[in-house]
Order: sequence, then C-alpha cells, then structure tokens
Amino acid sequence: MSYIPHTDADRAAMLEAIGVGSLDELFDRVPAALRFPKLNLPDGLSEMEVAAELRGLASANVHAGDYAIFLGAGAYNHFVPSVINHMLLRGEFYTAYTPYQPELSQGTLQAIFEYQSMMCALTGMEVANASHYDGATSLAEAATLARAVHRGKRTKIILSPGIHPQYRAVARTYHQGNELKFVGDKGSATIPDLIDMLDDDTAMLVVSYPNFFGQIDDLSGLATAVHQAGALLCMVVDPIALGLFKSPGELGADIVVGEGQPLGIPLSFGGPYLGFFATRKKYVRQIAGRIVGETLDKHGRRAYVMTLRPREQDIRREKATSNICTNQGLMALAACIYLSLMGKHGLRRVAELCYHKAHYAAAQIDALDGYSVDMTKPFFKEFVVTCPRPVAELNDYLLEHWGIVGGYDLSQDYPNRANQMLVAVTETNTKDEIDTLVEALRDHEAHAGHEHTH
Amino acid sequence: METEKLTELKTGPANGAPEPLEPLIYELGAPGRVGVSLPKTDVPEAELPADLLRADLDLPEVSELDVVRHFVRLSQLNHSIDTGFYPLGSCTMKYNPKLNEDMARLPGFALAHPLQDPTATQGALALMYTLQQWLAEISGMKAVSLQPAAGAQGEFAGILMIRAYHLANGEGHRTKIIVPDSAHGTNPATTAMAGLQVVEIPSDENGDVDLDKLHEVCGDDVAGMMITVPNTLGVFETHIKDIVDAIHGCGGLMYMDGANMNAMLGVAKPADLGFDVMHYNLHKTFSTPHGGGGPGSGPVAAGEKLAPFLPGPVVTVLEEGDDENPPLYGFTMPEQSIGRLKAFWGNFGMMVRAFAYIATYGAQGLRSVTDHAVLNANYIRARLKGVYPMPFDRMCGHEFVCEGHWKDIEGVHALDISKRLMDYGIHPPTNYFPLIVPEALLIEPTETESKEACDRFVEAMLKIAEEARTNPELLHEAPHVTPVGRVDDVLAAKQLVLCCRPIPEHGA
Repeated sequence: MSYIPHTDADRAAMLEAIGVGSLDELFDRVPAALRFPKLNLPDGLSEMEVAAELRGLASANVHAGDYAIFLGAGAYNHFVPSVINHMLLRGEFYTAYTPYQPELSQGTLQAIFEYQSMMCALTGMEVANASHYDGATSLAEAATLARAVHRGKRTKIILSPGIHPQYRAVARTYHQGNELKFVGDKGSATIPDLIDMLDDDTAMLVVSYPNFFGQIDDLSGLATAVHQAGALLCMVVDPIALGLFKSPGELGADIVVGEGQPLGIPLSFGGPYLGFFATRKKYVRQIAGRIVGETLDKHGRRAYVMTLRPREQDIRREKATSNICTNQGLMALAACIYLSLMGKHGLRRVAELCYHKAHYAAAQIDALDGYSVDMTKPFFKEFVVTCPRPVAELNDYLLEHWGIVGGYDLSQDYPNRANQMLVAVTETNTKDEIDTLVEALRDHEAHAGHEHTH
Repeated sequence: METEKLTELKTGPANGAPEPLEPLIYELGAPGRVGVSLPKTDVPEAELPADLLRADLDLPEVSELDVVRHFVRLSQLNHSIDTGFYPLGSCTMKYNPKLNEDMARLPGFALAHPLQDPTATQGALALMYTLQQWLAEISGMKAVSLQPAAGAQGEFAGILMIRAYHLANGEGHRTKIIVPDSAHGTNPATTAMAGLQVVEIPSDENGDVDLDKLHEVCGDDVAGMMITVPNTLGVFETHIKDIVDAIHGCGGLMYMDGANMNAMLGVAKPADLGFDVMHYNLHKTFSTPHGGGGPGSGPVAAGEKLAPFLPGPVVTVLEEGDDENPPLYGFTMPEQSIGRLKAFWGNFGMMVRAFAYIATYGAQGLRSVTDHAVLNANYIRARLKGVYPMPFDRMCGHEFVCEGHWKDIEGVHALDISKRLMDYGIHPPTNYFPLIVPEALLIEPTETESKEACDRFVEAMLKIAEEARTNPELLHEAPHVTPVGRVDDVLAAKQLVLCCRPIPEHGA
C-alpha cells in the first residue's frame, strides 16, 4: 500500500528533466559506504491489514467505553458532544498548517481568536495564548514568564504540594539549565505555610484550584500576600471547575494555566491534550507561544493574524521567549467548539452534575465500614478515600470482578498517603455506576475481612 | 431587528467597511440558547458552597446548528492539504491518510485513560514499544523516547541530554552549542532555554558548513553541535563526516535536527553518519496531520552515550514473551534521565497515526517515500532553473531554495510572488527562510503530489515570473481571489485586540 501517485512514465519523464538516469543517482552526495542501509522493518501492508493489526492492539486495552471509570488525576472522562469530532475531521482544519499566511488561514485564525476570548472569560484574565502542549508544560512556561518579569533577579518558585506531581516534575525538567529553584512541595505544606515561604527572592507562588486531591483550598488573602512580596501568583486550574467556582482573576491570580483536556478532548491515553495559558495584559510581550490579534485587510474588512511575532523563535532565535513553535492548534479548536456548545449555561450545568455526583459518591463511600473520605474542605469532582487495604489490590479486584476502573493510588507520589485512593466522578458517571462502586468496595472488605479472620 | 440586518446586508455597516466574512461566535445566538442537552441529576443534590461560586460566565449562547454552521464556514476560509497543493518548505505537507484518523479514534485508544494499571493497557504499550523500535531502526540509534510533544520539545530534550552527559562526566565547562547560520530558529532558541550558549557559524558559497570557521570554534568548551540533514538550504552537507569528526574530536556531541527526515528514509541512518542524538517530527515525516498548528509529536532517538539520559518514562519489556504469551510491557525511567517533558506518555494519538503510516509502507515503501519526495523536488528545481535565481546549483534533497526577486526588476519581492501564488490556488512556499538567502523561497512538494500537480505549480511560477515583468501591479496587489486581501499585521500589533470580550472587573 502506498500514497505515492507516480507511474513508471512519470518517473522516466521527471528523471529525464532532472538529467539523471535513476532514482539512486539523486543521492550521490551521501557517502557511498553509508548509502541505502537495510531497514529491518516489516513489509508494507494493505489498508485492511493495517486496520486489523491496530484493531487488535486497541482491543487489548481497557477503556472508558466499556468500563465504568473513576480514575482522574489530571485526565478525565467528560462528555464529548458529537459535533466536535465532526468539525475536527474537516480536512480544511486538520490538514492545514500553522496560519502564517493569514489570507489563506482566516478559519484557523478566527477560531484561535475565539478560543483566546473564551479562555479569558473562563479564567478572568485579560490575554490568553493559542495554547501549549499540555497543562504541565503550561506551568513550566509560567515559570519562564515569572523569571522574565523579574529579569532573572528572583530565583525562587514556590510550588504547592497540591499541584499535580507530574506538572511539578516537568517544571523542574524545563528549568534544570537555569537558576530557578522550585521549593515548597516536598512535604505537606498548607497555603499558610506557603505564604510563610515568601521572600524577596520569590518570583512566583503556584497553587492548584482545585488541588490535586480535588479540594478547594481557602485562598482568601493569598493574592495580597504574594503581591506584597512582589511575586506573581499562578493558579493551575481545572477548566470545568471554573464553570461553577470563582474565576482565578477574581481571586487575584496573575497567571492561570491548566489542562484543557476536559473541554471536549478524548482521554487518548494521555495525549494530545491542551495546555492553556492566560495572564494579565501587561505581561503579553513576555509570554511564549502564538497569539492571534484582530486587524483589517487592505479593503478594511475585519481579519485576524498572528501577532507580537517578534517574541518567537523563528525571528528572535536565541533571544526568543521560548523555543515553542507547534502549539496544540486542533485541540484548541476542540475546546473552542466545546465551550461554544456548552455556553454560559451548559458549562455550569456540567460542573454542577460533577459536584452533585461526586458528593453523593463521597457520602456513600464514607458510610462504608473501613473506608473514610476527607470532607474537611469543600471539594469539586475528586476526593480522597482512605481505604482499609492497598489501593493497587482494590483496583485489581474492582477491574476483575466488577468491570470498574478504580481511582488513583496516591501512594505512588505521596509516601505518607498509603492506602489512599483519589476518586474522580464526572457527569458521565451514572448513579448506577456509583452504587456499583460502593457495593464493590463493601463486598471486597466483607470478603477480605472474612478471609483475614481464618 | 431582522429588517435592520437585511438593510445592513444590502448597504454594509454604517462606517462603510465591508462585512466580516463570518461573525464571531459571540455575535451569534441569543440569551438563553444552549448547544447541548445534558441529563437530569440522578443523585440527591448537594448544597453548593455559595461563597465560592462565580456570579457569571461570559460564554456564547448558541444552538448546535449555529455552532456547526459557524465552524464549517470558518473551515472554508482555510487552505489545506485536502483542498490544494501546499509546497511549504521544511514543513513536509504530505497527504494525511484517512485510515490513520480512524485508527486513532478506535475506542481502545481514544478512550483509554493514561493512568490505568499498565497491565490493562498492554495494547497501547505494545504499540509504543514497537514504534520506539521502528524509529530506532530508521535512525540507527540505540533507544527512543516518545515523550516530546513536538519537534521543538524533542530538540530541547536532546540538548538537555547533551548538557546532562557532560555534567555527569564532570565537564560542566562545556557550555557552547554550535549552530550553522542556516538553522531553524528553534535551534538557537532551544540552546538558550537549556542554559547553554549559541555559537553561530557561517555557510560557504556552496551552502555547506564553512569547515575552516568550524575548526576555529572547536575547543574544550564545546558541548555539541546542532545541524539539520539535509540542511535547510535543501542540500546534503558535502563534508558531513569532517564536521562530525571535528566535533567529536574536541569532545562534543552531534545533534541532528530531524525536520528533514523525509529526505533520509532508507537513504542514510543518522547514527551511521555519526550523530549521537536526534529528533523526529511525526507530523512531518510520518504524515500525522499538522492540525492548523499542532498537535505534533517529536520523539527523540539516542545512541549508546546518550540513551541513559533520554526523557521518560519509556516503554520497556518487563517480561519476555513466548509462543503462548505476549511480552509484558511497562513504563520505566531511563537510568540518568533528564526527566519528564510533559504529563503522561507523550502525544499518544499521534503515535497511533505514525504507527499506521510505517506499517502501511514497510521498509521498501519508506525508501520509496524518500525517493519520490526527492524526485519531485529536483524535478521542480530543474524546471524553474534559469527563471528563478538559485543560490546553489546542485542536486537537492526533498526541498530546495530559490530567490523570489530579479536584478532587472525593481520592487518585486518573494512576498509578492508568495501572495500571487494564492490566486492560482497554491499555498506559497516558506518565504524569507533560510535567513541567509535573500528573498528566499523554500519549496518542498513532498512525495504525495503527482507529476501533474508539480507541473501546475511550475506553470504558475513561470506565469508569475512573466507577470513580474509585464504587470508587476498584479503581484503587488495580490492576492485577489482569497477570502481577505493582504492583512495589516502592523495594525494588529499596534491595537493589540487579543480578546473580543470586555475585561472583567474584579477587586483583587
């Protein structure tokens, strides 16, 4: 199988026009000893055969289409309206390049402009860029912005331990070659503890809203304290939660980043996702990534174009704000369509459904013998269950006997959280699924408890 | 209201400016309208924490059909591979097979959660492991990490790995990365991001790296060199072995920017040429769609020295399989890994598409991809020779550079030629890159374009060269048939309208 259209006659005519006798002669510049190595790869396959092979691999995965899923921890099984996939499959969108030529790219450009506008509305910020790779890299780029705002003179970034562990790891990977130090997240620091760490070397303080454990921390007074120390406040947010809860702008954030996957993007085993990034207008010249602005064409018609281009790598080279080139264009389009469909009322409704279902599930599980749920703080769609046994053991049981994908095992990242499971409940989880999960947890304890008495 | 709209349509808005091509989504719909239906609550409702809630959410209020029409109309304002020729140099705008889109959307891939126990996602891990092996084989490298989300992130990984390698050997004084002046802008930007210094060296009159200048900067402060093969001028470095030997000779490592791998499949393995580390762009060489600017995927491949430093996790075989049982795959962190580059495992959906692409072509097919990509580029080069100035008269790889101006015609620039091509239904080549060629037009047809498509492009280019002499105004005023005329980017930067909504007022 091949997508190459050339016939023998085409090849002959083209080689003649070039003035060579064979395809091999096109590569004379490659050192002869190294030219045309054997590739140890399988033979090519027909379309049917490729499809069969991939269907086989896909069928070997447990997935949210066949199983009830209570796993979140940064990737969520939210409802995706059919319209999104239909629009994403329009060749005019997905087979287009970055809109460097605005006359041929008004569709992509206007969609990004609308996406930027919606992200500003959602976060309460004044500008948003066209996206980063994912929530984790958006956080890393927020640190880059904080470093630039302070001209490298402040070196400390305070991270809450309630930020997704992988996001904190990525921020450290990104900044291993510069002077930034990431502190605050190794123990179990609370928001007041983090405030105590502020000093005149602090470039930025970052909290998660809700935090990794699903809770809404009390953030009153945080922005004031951070700003008094001359630092920036960055918030890592769940965009669905912002359908219901106060915007980070209202809480005094300077930078808002997060994972846009919940906005109409499938789980897809971890990617491609969407890193959103929004901030105050005064920082716009220092941020990374593409930005679309409104303008006019030569007839005076409203049009859109990538703007503030001199920040970018292809122009500024080593002085660019970042090396980023590709964004997550198609994923930003998905989020734009999702937010259009949901609109002012739908997103609030989705958030309320998550809230009610999560609270129902938490109360039911908390009532079980041997299990307890931390409900000391307000929470949104995730909560922490302290279990009577290791989470890995419970999850094996849930999957094998009940067809349920259980929650996230927090002991993987937090050694002091043995037997703690982070459970996610979204609008896609029905009451039946929740009741089955509760029954399964009860059953396992009854069963295992019984075994232990013998 | 309706009457007013009708009048407006006939006469245009009051200020006389033409109507926008398509209203903003916020300008459509009506208060109270919703584009989705959501289920009723099937559990008892919990009390909402009133003091934590937001008062308003400024999102559109539109119906499902409003949304569909809006985005279909927007899509129609785009040029795309599916609608026309896209000879954008260094971007490899080849056909994106439809099968691959379907495969990435199989529920077993699209609905799998990344944090499930790996024993429940062995199909996804097997796919990733196989793709790692295939990419290692194509490059001749030892190991591959699929973590990077794009080429720029792959580069970043590679340079961090070189830095970490020198640090591990107690050679932290190696802080310089040599970059030719023909390099992609990401190369110097990446170097700066990794905390290293860029040393730029010039190209000679043939488009090759200037070897004398290279030798001058080789020393014990060199961490490595980044180079694109074939280079961004479209030519295969004549002295590639000398370059590699010079850098290795002074203790540095060689990074290959794999943006141009479409000219290399089955033709040469980067590891054989002496490279220590490289990245791929799955969205260029292996046909995953560009998506209007992403998502991409930029796997990084490393040889013996740098493999332990790869970003992770990567997929490894935990237990070998046998006739009865498949192997057991798991995620592991390379020994001295530079760390994680993103959450989870990389842009998995792009890996599925690239897997399908490589499985479709196989070993011989991939070689044929490169053969025909290089054939098309050289054919167009040969046909435009003598009409468009060419800085380097030699065989090219999968792309070539010509100049979009003539000594005897004043005022016609590469930009004018680019804009005029749009009137012929063709996306312009990359222009003004590489920076070292004046009025550069970088042309990359890719292998999926037929001889007829190449011929139509050549005819359009020849016609434009003629128009440049006979009617240059046609070029200056171009494009004429696109949805909008030339767009004022200076105004955009001056007024900085980046959001169509009023800025929310809040205390803090």
